[in-house]
Amino acid sequence: MATDLVPEVVRPAADSSRPAPPPKRRPRDLRRDLLRYRWLYLLLLPGLAYFLVFKYLPMYGLTIAFKDYVPFLGYSGSEWVGLKHFQELFTGPDFGRLMFNTLLLALLTIVFVFPAPIVVALMLNELRVNVLKRSVQSLIYIPHFLSWTIVASLTYLLFSVDFGVIANWIHGVLGGEKTDYVAQADWFRPLIVLQLLWKQTGWGTIIYLAALAGVDSQLYEAARVDGAGRWRQFWHITLPAIRPTIVVMAILTSGNLLDSGFEQIWLMTTSLNRDVADVFDTFVYYVGITQGAFSYATAVGLFKGVIGVLLIFGSNWLAKRLGERGLF
Amino acid sequence: MLKKQKSVRYYDSAGSRAFDVLNIVLLAGLALTTVLPLLYVVAGSFATESEISSRPFFLWPEKFVTDTYQYIFSTDTFIRALLTTICVTAVGTAVQLILTLTMAYPLAKRQLPGRALVLNMVIFTLVFSGGMIPTYLVVRDLGLLNSYWALILPLAINPFYLIVVKTFFQQLPEALEEAARIDGCNELNVFLRIVLPLSKPIIATFSLFYAVAIWNDYMSPLLYIDDSKKWTLQMIVRQLTAANADSANVLQQLETVTFPEQGLKFAVVVVATLPILFFYPFLQKHFAKGVLIGSVKE
Repeated sequence: MATDLVPEVVRPAADSSRPAPPPKRRPRDLRRDLLRYRWLYLLLLPGLAYFLVFKYLPMYGLTIAFKDYVPFLGYSGSEWVGLKHFQELFTGPDFGRLMFNTLLLALLTIVFVFPAPIVVALMLNELRVNVLKRSVQSLIYIPHFLSWTIVASLTYLLFSVDFGVIANWIHGVLGGEKTDYVAQADWFRPLIVLQLLWKQTGWGTIIYLAALAGVDSQLYEAARVDGAGRWRQFWHITLPAIRPTIVVMAILTSGNLLDSGFEQIWLMTTSLNRDVADVFDTFVYYVGITQGAFSYATAVGLFKGVIGVLLIFGSNWLAKRLGERGLF
Repeated sequence: MLKKQKSVRYYDSAGSRAFDVLNIVLLAGLALTTVLPLLYVVAGSFATESEISSRPFFLWPEKFVTDTYQYIFSTDTFIRALLTTICVTAVGTAVQLILTLTMAYPLAKRQLPGRALVLNMVIFTLVFSGGMIPTYLVVRDLGLLNSYWALILPLAINPFYLIVVKTFFQQLPEALEEAARIDGCNELNVFLRIVLPLSKPIIATFSLFYAVAIWNDYMSPLLYIDDSKKWTLQMIVRQLTAANADSANVLQQLETVTFPEQGLKFAVVVVATLPILFFYPFLQKHFAKGVLIGSVKE
């Protein structure tokens, strides 16, 4: 992507019997380029301004993780303090709990949420009635378009102690004391996983279904001629066909492992489950926005961001070592 | 949508048939667990208070009432939030579309000097970002706190969408644009008169995507809007239905007359979801393609 600049004039080769010498790149004349492409640059400008202001200015703002940011003094006036905030984070009482909560949610996501779309896509792929296949798809895509506040509200409406339908059902079947699933710390993680499954599984199947649709049907025919049954075809053709897609999705997911989904967690946090609910994302909000500890919160966010980048590159490297193509 | 697979004839062993039946049952169950909660909420919003608390689960209310809707549409707080959300979504989507389209077009021009640099700048933001606090500080320093623009500008371009639109522009036949240029069009006119009309499908797709994102956005109002008079629908939904919500406080703002307390929650969820479900068929038509153009390419 980096070097696709096309030379403006390709001179015809002097002697057609010899391979043409590589065309010389003319030194770029900035003023001429600006004039020639003025309309394109003009169109580019607002978007570029957006990226500079709302994406790159915050990256510069990360420097306050190494300063004691005082709003009155601004970015440049505040004093450098080196790694103070990071030390505070690593030695502080919250770090272990945050790390544990974040990693456990990440682990649960890998185990339960990541494979779900693969399984559902494979099941849909085996569905021979096309009408049925399409209607199931249409229905399971819906939750992806609902907001997290709606999903959280639905959870409350279904699981809360006073009139939650599912809560009452469970009570009816198991008996015992009524449980307020949404408030209890024990039920926080199961509910988070359930929400993720409900909201994202259907949507996640799209990419796997596309990969499955791309499989050459001749492969299946050949396998059948060789006497392969349905299971053999699945095992030797269908599954290998989506392996690269699974790897790419796994790499992408790994980069977001520490992004526990601020909105979702925040919306499900109650005063009773905060101990298990606090993750890096929500912690940044608490200490940064509600308590005004901008520098400390930025340091926490930066730590999380750096780990995320390392995870992406790490899993990409791992994928390549395992003989897959990887992302980059 | 997705390519239909050639119908494959299997050797129909008993095991294979049993699998088919099980497969259909499981998938149907999955589809039902997806939609039943939504249908229940719709039914509940038209039911009486006593029915909600006494009947465990229903898809059709015994007595059909619209009290809850009459109530929420009689409160200023709710009407204001609804109008705010509609306006912010409309303006925001327009801003996002314009910025995304105008930026994607030059980036689709391979001969443009500096293009690679800008493109790499965009891609880098997918891997790394300044994060919540530095972004908050930028918004604050721009004086956007408690302004509706804070809900729009920080999200003005989705880098993923930008790259998809750019890829789409690159696929347009160059000859058309060349012809227009020979006829004396400058690049701006080529963009406005040739490229944009050809891009209607992708414009439709991404206006829906952007609209859904702004309509559903909860984090921006939470971060940037303190003034409860400027709350959006998602904030109201949150305030009314959360388990730990300070509901007395919110309901005071929602004027203390007798109100259907539980039904209220159902109705608010329905109103906040309705536009999405209304546009869903249109969304569905386009989104798979939209997702796939920009995603994993083999």
